[in-house]
Amino acid sequence: MNVPVVLRLEGITKRFGALTANDDITLELRQGELLALLGENGAGKTTLMNILFGHYTADAGRVIAFSRELPPGKPRAAIEAGIGMVHQHFALAANLTVLENVIAGTRPLGALGLGSAAARTRLAALSAKFGLAVHPDARVGDLSVGERQRVEILKSLYRDAKVLILDEPTAVLTHQEAEQLYRTLRGMAELGLSIIFISHKLHEVLAAADRVTVLRGGKVVAERRASETTKDELAELMVGRRVARPHRESQAPGAIALRASGIDVGTTLKAIDFEVRAGETLGIIGVSGNGQHTLVRLVSGLERPTAGQLELYGAPAPRPSPRGFVAAGIGRIPEDRHADGAVGEMAVWENAVLERVREPRFSAGGLVRRAAGRAFAREIIERFDVRGGSEDSPIRLLSGGNMQKLILGRNLAESPRILIAAQPTRGLDEGAVAAVHGEILAARRAGTAVLLISEDLDEILALADRVQAIVKGRLSPAIPVEQADPRRLGLMMAGSWEDAA
Amino acid sequence: MIRFERRTHVPFGLRLAAPIAAVLVALAFAGILIAIAGAPVLEAYRRMLIGAFGSRLAITETLTRTAPLILTGLAAAVAFRARLWNIGAEGQFLVGALAAAALGSQHGLHLPPVLLIPALMLAGAVAGALLLLGPLALRLRFGVDEVVTTLLLNFVALLFVSMMIEGALKDPLAFGWPQSVPVVADAMLPKLVARTRLHVGLLVAIGLAVVIALVQARTVFGMESRAAGLNPAAARFAGVSLTGVLVKVACISGGLAGLAGAIEVLGVKAYVTTDLSPGFGYTGIVVAMLAALNPIGVVFAALFVATMFVGADSMSRALGVPSFIADVIVAMSLLAMLVALSLANYRIRR
Repeated sequence: MNVPVVLRLEGITKRFGALTANDDITLELRQGELLALLGENGAGKTTLMNILFGHYTADAGRVIAFSRELPPGKPRAAIEAGIGMVHQHFALAANLTVLENVIAGTRPLGALGLGSAAARTRLAALSAKFGLAVHPDARVGDLSVGERQRVEILKSLYRDAKVLILDEPTAVLTHQEAEQLYRTLRGMAELGLSIIFISHKLHEVLAAADRVTVLRGGKVVAERRASETTKDELAELMVGRRVARPHRESQAPGAIALRASGIDVGTTLKAIDFEVRAGETLGIIGVSGNGQHTLVRLVSGLERPTAGQLELYGAPAPRPSPRGFVAAGIGRIPEDRHADGAVGEMAVWENAVLERVREPRFSAGGLVRRAAGRAFAREIIERFDVRGGSEDSPIRLLSGGNMQKLILGRNLAESPRILIAAQPTRGLDEGAVAAVHGEILAARRAGTAVLLISEDLDEILALADRVQAIVKGRLSPAIPVEQADPRRLGLMMAGSWEDAA
Repeated sequence: MIRFERRTHVPFGLRLAAPIAAVLVALAFAGILIAIAGAPVLEAYRRMLIGAFGSRLAITETLTRTAPLILTGLAAAVAFRARLWNIGAEGQFLVGALAAAALGSQHGLHLPPVLLIPALMLAGAVAGALLLLGPLALRLRFGVDEVVTTLLLNFVALLFVSMMIEGALKDPLAFGWPQSVPVVADAMLPKLVARTRLHVGLLVAIGLAVVIALVQARTVFGMESRAAGLNPAAARFAGVSLTGVLVKVACISGGLAGLAGAIEVLGVKAYVTTDLSPGFGYTGIVVAMLAALNPIGVVFAALFVATMFVGADSMSRALGVPSFIADVIVAMSLLAMLVALSLANYRIRR
């Protein structure tokens, strides 16, 4: 191949304490190429890109851009060399316009005025050239997530980026927005830009990239041309072994366990209607930030409806309270296990019993029955295969997957009649995802009514019987999962329920 | 290359070593100051030890000073664990002292001694608790930062005490000095050692430290308040009432500080003056931090701080070194302790 190499990482090694995040990584990017960096959480993708961009200093190795070695630890040098990075969490000022956001930081401190006329022309030219349509005078706060991402990309291009790095660019996008993004990236590559995007989603890597580099445990384990590999091969390379997600079998649902009719919560949830039957899973799909947080709080007993009614087992729900709902047989898996699901500094057993500590079996006369609590935790550890610590170690020592198994376990050990599972596999690796999915399916088989709130299409398709989309605090009507395909769900998530129907 | 690596678990021995190392570092630094002041450093520290423990009287004086520091230290430790930033122990101490003095005087309660003393201690605790519940209510209702309100209430409490002992509670027999009417003899705490100032308040303080340690480790309330302090969102999700926890913690914390004031009146002074507390409330914060908020540790931290203060007086008399050196040592050991606590979380790897 005679296409020039624009970027080369040589022998990059980075350690954090005992953990080797990057182990002697070497990779190349050629001009006009779309390279996907595929790997599970913790495989070292983001660390590698942060070294490339100068946010971290590598313990060993070199970064060479356009045949010149970059000085380590200097983001400005990376920018000047023509490298642009679009982070997972955008770095935009919501109260400024698109144009102002793009210019910000490019003008010398002493310059008079913003030079915005010239900038406007340049931005318009870039927009047109790369097919990134955004209105230069729109306030960023008013833009959709997809549009904000375009602004981020434009920001890099405005700084003459020749190499663009995108960290999990589709994590916050709907299916349609993601497809649009791939088309844009493809077009940019054809115009000579070189692009690396980080992902852990197999289908998008296959659809969008020219070449795939798979990272596992901080090492490059394989490189494939996208046209010469398959989803199964990539999955196995990424995880290191064959992982099969469990399968959902159809079964006839029972009586209605949980029903919401016309519920408002403040202004975040509006006229919510849904019902979940025993032995059935209702999936709520949506891009995060559309009211899921409040919905989870509502069904977890932390939020009181301002209008409408919540019914449990055909009768009005009691006054909302977390312990009241737990006592009523509702198992709750919070969205954010570190923030809401566990007290990191407390022992595993204390985390196992905290929500039930006032029940007679775990306390008497105000004193905690520590032996009973420990036994309960041991039972969960055994039954749900929680590894990485005993019942007495602080729960923060557990990995995300094991912490999630403990949270699942403390709910499922009690055979709940209803299970609220909010983003149950967010941030987990393939092995843990399979385990969590297996437990949720087992609970459904045992007759639990499952309310699954997720932004992961594959997860919804794998677990749910019926699907509703949540958009700006409203719920779409439910459709059976057999009628749901990515395109239709994407439309529902974008709020076009009629088009989707 | 030497690297620091975060420990997954801090061993017990190291947690014990951290405060000891902090104290040694503070003593070393203060040694420089003593040398600058022109005194022999080791001799100064020897004098200090003699001053604090060199005689029966010295020991009882040090322990008398320890008792209120244990209680104010516990007040801070209990509150800080639940992330209630009670900086108002000084004011709570003063209103507690005033309540005990007012009800314990001849115009106050008339009860047999077995009931009178507990009633007066309770009165002090209630007064202290009430003074903290105000700022807590403002925080819960309006989100007012309790650091500011509790701190400023210290001055309000001091001026209130001043007003009362110049007015309604003024002792007419005190030759015009602003001090309260003394409590009756029956209200005074029994002495632990005859003909010294050491009183049973010390045992009360140590007993409460043990009780609080047990409450934190073994009870539902202890577990819930620990969860609320460490991760309020997760505690809330698990059904812990944050408001309920904070109200109880405020009652305990303010109560302990108020009790410290009551015990100082009933055990040592018999009456209230505006200089009753040489900063017991503020020093309690230092004690709590030195103890890493551990209730049993508070007992030892209070003993250390009392030793420094009592010993420094005698060192000062013997060698002419300013007794402010005690403040320097205590303050430095606090700083060193904060550093030591975070260092204890790491290990060195080569």
